[in-house]
Amino acid sequence: MAILQVNDIHVYYGSIHAVKGVSFEVNQGEIVTLIGANGAGKSTVLNTVSGLLHPASGSVVFDGKDLKGVAAHKVVEHGMAQVPEGRRVFLQMTVEENLEMGAYTRPRDEIMGSMDDVYRRFPRLKERRRQIAGTLSGGEQQMLAIGRALMSKPTLLMLDEPSMGLAPILVEQIFDIIRELHAGGTTILLVEQNAQAALSIADRAYVLETGKITLSGTGAELMASDKVRQAYLGG
Amino acid sequence: MVFLSYLISGLSLGSVYAIIALGYTMVYGIAKMLNFAHGDVIMVGGYICFIATTNLGLPVWLAVILSMAACTVLGVVIEGLAYKPLRQAPALAVLITAIGVSYFLQNAALLIWGANPKMFSPVVTGTLQLFDGQLTISYVSLLTIAACIVIMIALTLYINKSKMGKAMRAVSEDKGAAQLMGIHVNRTISTTFAIGSALAAVAGVLYCSFSPMLMPTTGSMPGIKAFTAAVFGGIGSIPGAFLGGILLGIIESLAKAYISTNMANSIVFAVLIVVLVVKPTGLLGKYVPEKV
Repeated sequence: MAILQVNDIHVYYGSIHAVKGVSFEVNQGEIVTLIGANGAGKSTVLNTVSGLLHPASGSVVFDGKDLKGVAAHKVVEHGMAQVPEGRRVFLQMTVEENLEMGAYTRPRDEIMGSMDDVYRRFPRLKERRRQIAGTLSGGEQQMLAIGRALMSKPTLLMLDEPSMGLAPILVEQIFDIIRELHAGGTTILLVEQNAQAALSIADRAYVLETGKITLSGTGAELMASDKVRQAYLGG
Repeated sequence: MVFLSYLISGLSLGSVYAIIALGYTMVYGIAKMLNFAHGDVIMVGGYICFIATTNLGLPVWLAVILSMAACTVLGVVIEGLAYKPLRQAPALAVLITAIGVSYFLQNAALLIWGANPKMFSPVVTGTLQLFDGQLTISYVSLLTIAACIVIMIALTLYINKSKMGKAMRAVSEDKGAAQLMGIHVNRTISTTFAIGSALAAVAGVLYCSFSPMLMPTTGSMPGIKAFTAAVFGGIGSIPGAFLGGILLGIIESLAKAYISTNMANSIVFAVLIVVLVVKPTGLLGKYVPEKV
């Protein structure tokens, strides 16, 4: 069953037509990845799904509800959380405050349990919970960004370039975490430039090129595709 | 002893600046705009308190509450009507609008209350004599300093501990990420204006208690000085607004006493220029690099 359906969305930045009729769907329990080069429109698609940007035409249907006209700050209440590109944790707030912000729409008495879950998953964050997020390393900030998104107990977790700017060992760790979250029942939409890593964990994948989807298939199919290998996997 | 009395009067004047500067700095921190109409909200606060006590005969405490309530509404309405439609507009358009709102408020006050100055009677009267009468401190000064301290503590707690306060800090850092958390950015900005304007009413009442000539232009001088104080302390920083306000008040008071009454304002602004040349972010301001 499709939990997220994106139907023929067109998105403009001023006069620039950044996304030209993109359609895809994410089924309950899947890991779906959108891969593509820098500037292909991956983040634009994700920001449109989460309501930060509004499509000129087309629709985003989440859990049976059309999100047209739903303000960005309301989308999280529908069960969708985004780990934005470049992490965007609140650098001047403590780790714990960042996590509290992640649970902003939830009642106070439910937050503690979720926070314990996040700390269990990321013991480093627990050690540093009183520290200002700006003092964390890049990998720790990415963990915080993921933990923060988990605080809203999302049914769909969207990650935008979680491997960006991280050392290979950390990239591996982040992908392990994504796999674990998926095993725990969270549906995942992953946007990545690191096609190799993304395809290796994805159930299904879409290739985005200059605002259009040019290929789609299972992770394994795309990994085997000549076109994808030449363009994104280095031959 | 004379020096001490100048220092105390500087401290209380600075406390008024600090309370006003808070409004500037909070709004700047969260909405990234300079609300130049903030000074005129002070004037409105003064008039409301004046009318409530003089014309309606209400007790002072009630007049102050009424004035705070009226200014809170005024601040939220200004934000909603004048600034909110410009959220995506260039900063310059917002700045010009703020100046427009400032003139609008001054002229509206002129129409409603006339150009003749009203004599504002201080909210508290009397003085405290210390050291066998060598040091005289007015109760208004003490009240002002006390109000400033209470506001500083309450606001710091609010920003650091309350859910809305944390949301304000989140919005001030990254509006987009704050929205992804489910924070209603516009409501957070409105709340900031509400708090800033309520504080402006308090500042208006205290300011008029020192400087009792109440006119439609009464708010502009303390407004511009408090803006200076906010920049001096580091705009966007709440402790910076307090420090900037209090230092500015003390500098002004000592300059008046020891250098020249006429030159006092020039000296105050000269100090600002020197500080900004040496430390462009202000005393407690942080340098935040623009990310690409």
